[in-house]
Amino acid sequence: MTTIDVSPPPTPTRDSLATRYHTFMSRHASLMPTFAAIAILIAIFIGAQIYFGNFVTPRNISALLLDNAYLLILAVGMTFVIVTGGIDLSVGSVMAFTGIWLAKLLAGGTSALIAIPTIVLGGALIGLLIGVLVQYFDVQPFIASLAGLFLARGLAYVVSLASIKVENEAVLWLQSTRFKLGDWYITPTGILALLVVAVGAFVMQFTRFGRTIYAIGGNENSARLMGLNIARTKVAVYVISGVCAGLAGLVLTAYSGAGYPRNGIGTELDAIAAVVIGGTVLTGGRGYVLGSMVGVFVYGTINTVISFMGAEQSWTRIIVGLLLLVFIVVQRAIVARAERRR
Amino acid sequence: MRNLVKHRLFWPTTALLALIAINAIARHSFIKITLRDGELYGALIDILRNSAPLMLVALGMTIVIATRGIDLSVGAVMAVSGAVALQIIAGSDEPDNLGVVAVAVAAALAVSLVLGAWNGLLVAVLGIQPIIATLVLMLAGRGVALLITDGFITTVNSEPYEFIATGYLIFLPFAFLLAMAIVGVVAFVERRSALGVLTEAVGINPEASRLAGVRSRGIIWGAYMVSGLLAGVAGIIYSANIKAADANAAGQLIELYAILAVVLGGNSLMGGKFSIAGTVIGVLFIQTLDSTILFLGVPSAQSPVFFALVVVIVVLIQSPRVHRWARNLSPSSRSRDAGTPRDVEVAA
Repeated sequence: MTTIDVSPPPTPTRDSLATRYHTFMSRHASLMPTFAAIAILIAIFIGAQIYFGNFVTPRNISALLLDNAYLLILAVGMTFVIVTGGIDLSVGSVMAFTGIWLAKLLAGGTSALIAIPTIVLGGALIGLLIGVLVQYFDVQPFIASLAGLFLARGLAYVVSLASIKVENEAVLWLQSTRFKLGDWYITPTGILALLVVAVGAFVMQFTRFGRTIYAIGGNENSARLMGLNIARTKVAVYVISGVCAGLAGLVLTAYSGAGYPRNGIGTELDAIAAVVIGGTVLTGGRGYVLGSMVGVFVYGTINTVISFMGAEQSWTRIIVGLLLLVFIVVQRAIVARAERRR
Repeated sequence: MRNLVKHRLFWPTTALLALIAINAIARHSFIKITLRDGELYGALIDILRNSAPLMLVALGMTIVIATRGIDLSVGAVMAVSGAVALQIIAGSDEPDNLGVVAVAVAAALAVSLVLGAWNGLLVAVLGIQPIIATLVLMLAGRGVALLITDGFITTVNSEPYEFIATGYLIFLPFAFLLAMAIVGVVAFVERRSALGVLTEAVGINPEASRLAGVRSRGIIWGAYMVSGLLAGVAGIIYSANIKAADANAAGQLIELYAILAVVLGGNSLMGGKFSIAGTVIGVLFIQTLDSTILFLGVPSAQSPVFFALVVVIVVLIQSPRVHRWARNLSPSSRSRDAGTPRDVEVAA
């Protein structure tokens, strides 16, 4: 969202390059964090390439999409929710629940054509529950989605206490097929993730519904006074997040070849971190689905770098935490500047 | 009677007593307490003993929530605190030495206090939203705990350290007495000095309280430090109980249960007025429910379903829309169904 500069226009005579730079910065202030994320991603790539010598290879980049497909799908749904100013803590648990449910249904002989829509619907229903609690019962998104988290995690264990192996060919096909182009490859799960990103980005940027989401995040009361349909939109974003979590459950189950009820503990935080690193502001109103994709890739690349270095995986969380902190402080500064301008 | 029903602790207490009554009817052994070697045993005593870590974490959470904040990092702080303490004890030659244990506990508490101060810095000074500010430590904290323990689960055999979790003092479990003593101290300081009122003022209206001369920055910062310190104590009790520092499992989801306990105790997540007694009742309710679920033969992994139902019921009871429905149902109060000031406040 561009901010309108109401201060008197700067004198064009001197410092025209600097002025232009400032104008660009203030017009596109909300894009800055996303640009910063892209810059960081490129910097990590260059640094790792210099350090390891063989980091930026088609294999590695292709694996990045494959390994993080589920997180990418979760991050898209999370972006919708966060841009309205909400938060969805339930996605990791919903992913575990739908994943193990899928494995159970398939093990019971259900056709994948029935099982997959069923679990996605299951995710959507949990999202609907959260959305209704938030919109119609004035429950804070944090608490409502907390209920969703508990519910989905418990249901995952109700489905099965142990992991269930997937034998279904259709689901395994999603993971094992490699469409190759030279050394580059992409799996159907990767295509699905990119498709979700594309649809998400299209809806957010080019539809009436997407603009309503930004309007709610910017100022809910103003959006209501403008006659926008707040209630429907707010419920819908949680349903979208639930659907994404359901798809992520499918992708994760295909990826690991099994459903496991302990999957995805803390994944909601990874998704939130990726979304924030990608430039979405947690107070709502600003953010991009494509930015979240960059955030997921930053997260995934840090993971790869750390496993390349053979260091403790615990460093991933520390570095992601620190990166999150840097981005939050930067966002805070940007938002503060925008408010002063007003 | 009317005043009794209107008291803010009436419903939480009723719910707790009802749950205990249901348990007592379903299995008589539930309320049986036996005295053996000057130590009390029984299901109720177990609930009291197991409630200690959650009690401390929820106590800190109450204060933080009263300032309109939230502290998601408590579970991670517990993991770090346990890791620090056990690493010191495991690294010493005499794990049974009281001095070693004292040093370990002091170091763990100091680290927890620093982590709490870090959260406070982000929230009170840099002005970052509490959920996000504490999310940073929640993510990074477990990584730090794993680094401290080198990725292993450190185990120790240290009698004085184990006493913290499993010992008895004057008939009762030491962990419970410790938790109650800390609750007592915090409640005394908050209620017998102006601190509690100032905390509530900051939570109700930060801007107005600042204009009234309340140093809100220090109060908010202090709240996060208290929360960090109490999470540190909880981490020590937890690690002493399992005699191990498990960086992944320590305090898993405890931040959510603590928030739930605070809400169950009738405290508002919007900050402002808070009740420590309410939180204590909320914690006991959660522990009793946990024990009930176990008794029903449900695998403990599935218990989150029940907690989800409890959360939904509690938030529905607090919801203004349900209040309106309830008022419309009872004919005596139909005349004033235009909405009480509370409804307006929530809707605004």
